[in-house]
Amino acid sequence: MTIAILALQGAFAEHAQMLEALHVDSVLIRNLEDWDNYIQQNPQHQGLIIPGGESTAMTRIIRDEGLYEPIRQAILKGMPVLGTCAGLIMLDPQHLNTMDITVRRNAYGRQLGSFNHVADIKSIGKDFPLTFIRAPYIEAVGPGVEVLAEVDGHIVAAHQGNQLVCAFHPELTSDTRVHEFFLSLVK
Amino acid sequence: MEDRTLLNRQLAQMLKGGVIMDVTTPEQARIAEAAGACAVMALERIPADIRAAGGVSRMSDPKMIRGIQEAVTIPVMAKCRIGHFVEAQILEAIEIDYIDESEVLSPADDVYHIDKRQFKVPFVCGAKDLGEALRRINEGATMIRTKGEPGTGDVIQAVRHMRKMQSEIHRLTSMREDELYEAAKQLQVPFDLVQYVHDNGKLPVVNFAAGGVATPADAALMMQLGAEGVFVGSGIFKSGDPVKRAQAIVKAVTNYQNPKIIAELSEDLGEAMVGINEQEIALLMAERGK
Repeated sequence: MTIAILALQGAFAEHAQMLEALHVDSVLIRNLEDWDNYIQQNPQHQGLIIPGGESTAMTRIIRDEGLYEPIRQAILKGMPVLGTCAGLIMLDPQHLNTMDITVRRNAYGRQLGSFNHVADIKSIGKDFPLTFIRAPYIEAVGPGVEVLAEVDGHIVAAHQGNQLVCAFHPELTSDTRVHEFFLSLVK
Repeated sequence: MEDRTLLNRQLAQMLKGGVIMDVTTPEQARIAEAAGACAVMALERIPADIRAAGGVSRMSDPKMIRGIQEAVTIPVMAKCRIGHFVEAQILEAIEIDYIDESEVLSPADDVYHIDKRQFKVPFVCGAKDLGEALRRINEGATMIRTKGEPGTGDVIQAVRHMRKMQSEIHRLTSMREDELYEAAKQLQVPFDLVQYVHDNGKLPVVNFAAGGVATPADAALMMQLGAEGVFVGSGIFKSGDPVKRAQAIVKAVTNYQNPKIIAELSEDLGEAMVGINEQEIALLMAERGK
């Protein structure tokens, strides 16, 4: 199994390190050619991670590089995807429009509002160290979306079929359980 | 390590693979954001104009910075003078996302840098070599950039600083453990930071290129030399077609190892900023604060 990591901008290297710790190969996707090669060379067990970073920067590049439609179609056809922070935003109706969630960007304000927290994630486990950096949260979810975690009444992790999103950054901690859960969707 | 320091280092990790652009107006900030900048640096005058105007250069008007904070959703950075901790307090009070304790402004203190550990808001500092970088990190900086000569459009100094830093890092990683104490003495930095670099082969914080980057090729050059992202100052809004150039530099940083893509990006960009060669500069800003 090889996982594709969208590497247009942001903390993609951290996800690659996380997968390496789990002995899973990954490939960085920077342009359409990288994506086409990934799809060709991995006809089965495909999976995509969209990392943290700036969603406006990723949006600009994903469109200009011609990656928008191919990635959107792959997710709609069932490719498992994990979106963290900006990656969560990328799946909402205003961006790739694959997940039925309403997202509030920079929901905790500027950098002074960034924080750590500990919470359980439904279906995955207990006592996760959660790192929120200029994070969004989910204001509302559609009928097909399962809420996995809340902090102070706001949704910070959710699951819809092949799509898993979190407003925090599991890739910045040493806790591999979120990535393991995502990999279980790929298998 | 304190939670806040770690969170501040982690914000810099989110900026990696991105371009941070100097902007002087909300309009420029919106152009930068739409072009794909991962953050903007709000300042009254870009370095090329600071250089041309001469005189004492200070922190920008907080009202002007607030206007830019309201215009965009990406992180907003601003500069304070080296050692001027009250300017830093003001920037923290308006909830800036990152403070650049910058040699581009006139230094306020020729001995002491700001004790950045006293702040909740993160700092980025310039460095010409590994010793400077680790001293700034020891003072609490959570992001480092090269000190390439700002406002010149000449990338030579950023290249020199990045190469020097990388070669010093490589030298440390190849040392025996018992040689690290002497290395710490020579670099004038604490032993634990030297040991971190020895063990990990990199700085404990994100390291960007800054100063003199004017073209997509310049940006890709700095990335290939080991930068994790790029600051572009005068290079964008002093050029003929800022929108196109900004987008091109953003995409060159993503695909910095792909000459075919960079070739396409480099077409029809209009005039680059005029630039000044290193030998023609009267004022070497990189010599401020060591």
